Amino acid sequence: MNEPLLRELVPAVIGVLVRRGADFAAAEDAVQDALVEAVRGWQDGPLRDPKGWLITVAWRKFLDAARAETSRRHRELRVESEPVPGPGGPADDTLQLYFLCAHPSLTPASAVALTLRAVGGLTTRQIAQAYLVPEATMAQRISRAKRTVSGVRFNQPGDVATVLRVLYLVFNEGYSGDVDLAAEAIRLTRQLAAVTRHEEVAGLLALMLLHHARRPARTAPDGRLVPLAEQDRGLWNTRLIAEGVDVLQAALARDRLGEFQAQAAIAALHADARTAEETDWVQIVEWYDELVRLTGNPVARLNRAVAVGEADGARAGLAALAGLDPALPRHTAVAAYLHERAGDPVTAARLYAEAARQASSLPERDHLTRQAARLNAQLRG
Amino acid sequence: MMAKYLLLKHYRGAPAAVNDVPMDQWTPEELSAHVRYMADFAARLEGTGEFVDGQALSPEGTFVRYDGEGRPPVTDGPFAETKDLIAGWMVIDVETYERALELAGELSAAPGAGGKPIHEWLEVRPFMAHQHTVIE
Repeated sequence: MNEPLLRELVPAVIGVLVRRGADFAAAEDAVQDALVEAVRGWQDGPLRDPKGWLITVAWRKFLDAARAETSRRHRELRVESEPVPGPGGPADDTLQLYFLCAHPSLTPASAVALTLRAVGGLTTRQIAQAYLVPEATMAQRISRAKRTVSGVRFNQPGDVATVLRVLYLVFNEGYSGDVDLAAEAIRLTRQLAAVTRHEEVAGLLALMLLHHARRPARTAPDGRLVPLAEQDRGLWNTRLIAEGVDVLQAALARDRLGEFQAQAAIAALHADARTAEETDWVQIVEWYDELVRLTGNPVARLNRAVAVGEADGARAGLAALAGLDPALPRHTAVAAYLHERAGDPVTAARLYAEAARQASSLPERDHLTRQAARLNAQLRG
Repeated sequence: MMAKYLLLKHYRGAPAAVNDVPMDQWTPEELSAHVRYMADFAARLEGTGEFVDGQALSPEGTFVRYDGEGRPPVTDGPFAETKDLIAGWMVIDVETYERALELAGELSAAPGAGGKPIHEWLEVRPFMAHQHTVIE
């Protein structure tokens, strides 16, 4: 049985169990157990009705656990008599599950872990490997998160924005080990887009697709980071780009702009340029203006300064940079880049070295050190 | 979002602790209380989903370096004059830098001589991320 295919069924199956009266935490455990059994037992071939099978097995596991719990506590099993009221249907269940796992009472890390398990159907071990922590630590993080949301009613309306933040965090984690979190984030966002017509869900999905399309070009075979301008555009995934552009255009047509749509529009303009020189920087600056207007985010202002540097020249870029807080992450790196473009390699080399010391990731530090080394070698002649 | 920090404990190289009595001068009960505190601390962090790793190091180390093709590596030391000597570490995965400082503060309160907190200086070092943020 195809494991990703199986994992797609998880939210709906949890929904069925909750509707039959199971509490979320117990339903989630039961579905995980059923999933493990399915992966173990279905090696001979697929079942005709995997969803029906999962529901049956998960419900049985839930009842077994509930009975054990009941006999421990000497109280009656009342589950079947308390169905959850409210609108039904698998789409609603799936959406409710996203809301619950991204509930505002959870810290971002707990929300991420819970979403990957209860919506994504990943095992605790897989999540632990992806985040490079011991399995016991991740198990505790997940069970604490479940306790935190145990009082939340399953049919409460939630906030799409908190769900999008969680999915964005998962996507940005990229991939390490055998779980591709970026691909998983895309799958979960696609699934969310199928059950809600929110423009920003489409915006985030488009943004992810457009960035994911460039992944093969973003790192050299030796692991080196390749900046956008130097990427081999032949390596970009044109199918993902086309899909991202379609999703974005449909969202923009509804005329309810949000930050993810604006970011996706910028990514789409990059994707649209056959060479770095053909990039429509004037339009990109306009989209950054929108993004700054929508969010006031200082990082958006910083990126805008880079775009201004390309559209109107490095001096204009430096002028746009001048008003920003130098303590912003990557401020020094942007300053170094703009100084080099403005014809000041001495300052640029010094700033690149400084930016490398401030970098928070290894690929970024190595990239910035290489820039400094390149300029210093040039300066020595 | 979660970030990993190394809490470093030094045999040598950190400023002197407030309760600066060498461990071999403690009573057996004080030693047991200290060991228990460390184990409880790690268990508690596992419970909060923040524990990654913890190890203690032997103070006796050897310096090693490459000595050319086909030759065995050169070893030297230990050097009594080496300023920095690591005693052990704990790796935590926490939501904020402030939380890392808070936990380091608690770890520094481990009991020592007289059952009083050692108040030793721990070094807090952020991990470099392996992964570059995907969205540029």
